[in-house]
Order: sequence, then C-alpha cells, then structure tokens
Amino acid sequence: MYISAFNLMPHRDLPPDFENRYQSIWVTPRFHELLDAKRAGEYYNWTLDELIAAANAGADGICTNEHHQNAYGFMPSPNLMGSILARETQGMNCAIVQMGATLVAVQPPVRIAEEYAMLDCISGGRLVAGMPLGTSMDMNLCYGITPIEQRDRYREANELIVKSWTSREPFAWNGKYTQLPTVNLWPRPIQEPHPPIWIPGGGSTSTYAYAAERDYCYCFLSYFGYKSAEHSVKKYWEVCQQKGRDSNPYRLGFLQLIGVSETDAQAEKDYAKHVEYFYHKGLHVPGEWLGTPGYQDYQSMANSFRNPMIADAVNSLKKKRYKDLLNDRFVACGSPATVRDMLKELAGSLHVGNLMVLLQIGSMPHELALKNTDLFFREVAPALRPIWDDEWENRWWPAGLRKTSLRGANV
Amino acid sequence: MTTVADRRVSVWQGKINANVKVAGSGSPVVFLHGAGGLQWDGFLDSLAAHHTVYAPEHPGTTPGDPEAIHQLDNLWDLVLYHYDLLDALGLGTVPVIGHSFGGMMAAELAATNPARVSKLILLCPIGLWREDTPVLNWMIVTPASDMVKYLLYDPESPTAKAMFGTPDTEAVIKTVWSMACTGKFVWPIPDKGLKKRIHRIKSPTLVLWGKQDRLISSVYAQEFASRIPGSKVELFDQAGHLPFVEHPARVTSAIEQFLGN
Repeated sequence: MYISAFNLMPHRDLPPDFENRYQSIWVTPRFHELLDAKRAGEYYNWTLDELIAAANAGADGICTNEHHQNAYGFMPSPNLMGSILARETQGMNCAIVQMGATLVAVQPPVRIAEEYAMLDCISGGRLVAGMPLGTSMDMNLCYGITPIEQRDRYREANELIVKSWTSREPFAWNGKYTQLPTVNLWPRPIQEPHPPIWIPGGGSTSTYAYAAERDYCYCFLSYFGYKSAEHSVKKYWEVCQQKGRDSNPYRLGFLQLIGVSETDAQAEKDYAKHVEYFYHKGLHVPGEWLGTPGYQDYQSMANSFRNPMIADAVNSLKKKRYKDLLNDRFVACGSPATVRDMLKELAGSLHVGNLMVLLQIGSMPHELALKNTDLFFREVAPALRPIWDDEWENRWWPAGLRKTSLRGANV
Repeated sequence: MTTVADRRVSVWQGKINANVKVAGSGSPVVFLHGAGGLQWDGFLDSLAAHHTVYAPEHPGTTPGDPEAIHQLDNLWDLVLYHYDLLDALGLGTVPVIGHSFGGMMAAELAATNPARVSKLILLCPIGLWREDTPVLNWMIVTPASDMVKYLLYDPESPTAKAMFGTPDTEAVIKTVWSMACTGKFVWPIPDKGLKKRIHRIKSPTLVLWGKQDRLISSVYAQEFASRIPGSKVELFDQAGHLPFVEHPARVTSAIEQFLGN
C-alpha cells in the first residue's frame, strides 16, 4: 500500500454557532466576518509545514487540492502550494500528488499541462497529475461553468493536456471548447510518456468508466469513510472488469480521515471535537448545491433522486457525534493498534492500494496535527506498507519512487 | 376536454426528433415553455379553444430522449433550430407566446428574423439584467421546497398545493433535467446579448407580467417595453411568475384580445 498525506487547508477557528448563522461553508460564507487575512497566512504555512512533516515522517506522497470560496478548504491554486512542496522535498522519496488542478477552471487548459510539467521538472519527476472534474459548488456556482457542459469540457481538456505532453510535433487543436493555433508545450514533464494521471471523484459511475477506459487511477475522495464506500467501490471494480482491466488495487485511491493517539480514550479526548467540527461545520452545504441541474448526466441525476443515499448522508451529518462517526468509520481514530486494524480492514474491503490519509481535521491545531502525523507514520503506516506489494506494482506512481527499499525511507 | 397530440418532427439534419404538443383548431399559435419544462394546463386548453396551439418541448426535455440536448451547442444553434422547427411544422409567419426562458427565445426569434413572428407575446420573459434587481438564480433555489414562493403569489392557495403539495420523484427528475437543458443557454446569468438585438423586433408585442413576480421582478416589464417600439404592457395583480396558472382567464382574455379574437 502507498500512503499519502492529504491536507484540506481549512479554517480552524469558525465560531461555535457557524452552521446556524450561515447558509453554507462554501460559495457564500463572508470572509471579512469570519477570517483575518493574516490568520489565513498562518493557516497556509501550517498546512505546508504539516505536509512537509508528513514527508519527513515517511509519507509516500503529499497531496493538495483545489476549492473555491470554501472555508473548509481554500487552496484555489493547488499548484502554488505544490510548487513549494516540490522544492521543500527536493531529493526525497516523496511524490507530489496534485489532486489537483481542476481542468475546466482554466482556459486554455494547456496552462495546467504547463504547470504540471513545471512541477514534474522542479520535483525531479515526482509528480502525480490529479485531474478532477471539480464540484458543482466550485465550478458551476463559483466559476460559472455551464453545468451540462462540464463533463464534456473536462474530457476535451484531458485529451488536450495528454496530447500536449506526448506530441513530439507542434499541433493545432480544434476543440469544441478550446481552439489553439499552435500547441508546442514548454517544458515537457520528466516522466515519460507523462506523469501518472489520477481522477479524483465522488463515486459517479460515468467517471468510473472514464478512468477505467483510459487506464487512469480513480481516486474516491469520500468523507464518509470506507464502510459507506463499499457498495460504490464494488461497482468501480465491476466497471474495471467490464472494461477488461486487471484488479490491480493501485487502480484505486481512497481518502480516509484518521486520528491516532496513545490509547482509544486519549484519541477521543484529542480528536472528538475536531472531527465533529469538520462534519458539522466543514460540510455545512445546502444539498441542492451538490448537483446544480446538468452537473450530473441524466442517468446519474435520475438515480440520485430515486435513491438519495448521498443526500440522506449529508442531511444526517449534523446529528452524528464522534462516537457515531467512529462507529460508522467515517473516521478511523484510536490507538495505533486500533487504527491499524481499521485500515487493514479498509484495504481488504475496498481492495485499495493508494491510500490518502487526512491527518489534520477541521479545527485541529497545528501541534496536534503534527502529533497525529508522527504517530501515524511511526506506529501505523509500517504495518500497512507491505499490503499488496508482493502481488502488484503501483503503475500509477512515479517510476523513480516505486522501489520498495526506498519507501518510508524519509524517516 | 382538449385532445392533445404529440407530433414528432425530424429537424437539425435529422439529429433531433422534436416533440411538439398540438391541440385545438383555428389559426396557429406557438407556445414556448419556461425553464421547468412544458406542462399542458388549463391555460393552453383555453388557447386551444380558438387556435391550433403548437407547443414544442425544448430539446432534451422530451421523456425518453434526454440526450437530444447535446445536438445544440449555443444560443445561435438554438435560435436557428427553432426556425427549422417552424419550417417543419409549415408555420411561415406565426404568433409566438413565450414564458420565462421561452419568452427570451420568442424575443430572440422575433429579433433575429422579424418576418417569422407575426405577433409576440412575452409572459415574464428572462433575457435582460438589471444590477439593482437581479433575476433569481432559479437553478440553485435552496431549500428546493422554497421554489413555490418564487413562482406563485399565494404559495398557500389550493392551486399551489395541487402543483407543489406532494413532490413526485419522477416529476422532480423531469423538472431538474428541463432546467439543465434550458440552463445550457443562459447559465450563469440570463443576459446573453438580447439587449443588443431587441431593437430589431418589429412584431406587435404584448408584455404580460405578474405584478408580484418574485423570480423576475415586474420592473422588467418596462425594460422590455421601452426597448420594443409600440409594445403594450399589462400587469396582473396578485400574480407571481406563473400568471397564467393563478389567473388563467385574465391572461387568456388579454392574449385573445391582442390576437384579435
């Protein structure tokens, strides 16, 4: 198993009554009422320090992502963060996992091809190129992308980026959404033919098929833990089989929220309030916004109204306390032994190879995030690393970082 | 009871099999529906008492054919598609009634080729934008159950209860997809340049609005009227964004008078 540390770069000091006073954490929260820009600067630096600490502790990769107008995560440009991380981890056995720059947010999308190529050059070929579709809140409500066009735009951008990385000759691009007279990318990525491509998503069947068809790694970015993901992930493996793909567990990534402490009781003392903060305030978003009409294709939209699993899960979050969230495995918290057992169960039940761990959760202060990171990589990760290694190669990982003997060697 | 027929016509290089609901007899009139999709209601019944009503379903909104929307990329395509449709229906010059999104389409058709629209009736159309009175973003109303408050003057009325009382899942799916298919041409701000073309409208024009429209304020009635030479405005009191649902008789009578019956 390959383990990467994720960080959402959240607001860590929202007022206790935030979810009652504000309509949403996303799109409409008022910056000047809620945050001071100098404090925001501290958050950015803590996030960078926490990810670098994870790299030093032996993380296989460190991840950033992109959201807009969002107090639970405000890295509008993951590549700004990624470029610092690439530089700060120079020479280390740690991938720069961009989860990533949202393709439809940038026009022309070759800008992302250029920035990712820069990151690959700066990092010495350590980039994992995440290509998210983008949420409806980010892309439709904040960035004005026409919902029903978003998937088509995304697919065109993906094709353009891959061609711009791999074509030896300059070419003209006559797309529906982008027309360019001469595409001739400078620089090119170090990794040949191009950096591994990961598709982060929330479990949409059409994206499963897209990732499987193109042999990309699909990365399930769920906040609802591994138990509630089982049904959906089973469908992913079925789609892979239908598309003639093998069952290499590294075709799948999964995000899990984690809190490790000395004992189970200490973990509750350390993490309960930060976990509840994340689920009660961090995910405070009107359900209607998750799918502006047209954001999902017709069939997915019809399915989600006929079987409103996600909407129900979102609507019931505020009733869940730490014990419920732990019991349902939305979070894996406890002593090192407890968390190890949970994550072994996760690996087996989802058949997942690329694990992303969220070790800074909600209001968790910097020092506690560092403690969690240290304990996780020292006491938990070593037991998980050997899973899958004798059977499968992580083909969705920078080739220079795949050697088993090097992994975890940053410690 | 009016008999409503579904007429399928192949248009747009055969790539769209358009469904047009047709009813009544007499001189033809076209009705273009709003963002929520076509509902054949008492208002269209009453129009069909004196006219042959042609009510096309916006591409993608016909049950069983949701992918048709992907044949049209932009507003220019959509305008030309409508002329194709009029041609296929044998309607050379015809009165066009449009509601909300359909109102904007009717205005675009009349501005692009004034010869095709003999009379223009705009029922609370979108298409213009005032900074001081923005149009509600109907695609992200939250909670969704609040929609009735934006559409109707009296959200507690029996009419409101009948329309919105118990939301049926399949009806919700139909409405959401209709918003997706119409929203393709107006997201995120329903101001796509009509203000630059509207002066080209030559048809006699009637602008009708619910005085208490909370989705698009009735101040827009004057915005349209002031840009269309010789147009007339009529506001209906105690009516919201669906005046033909709340006051079908008054709206029908205004339209019939304007059409010359």
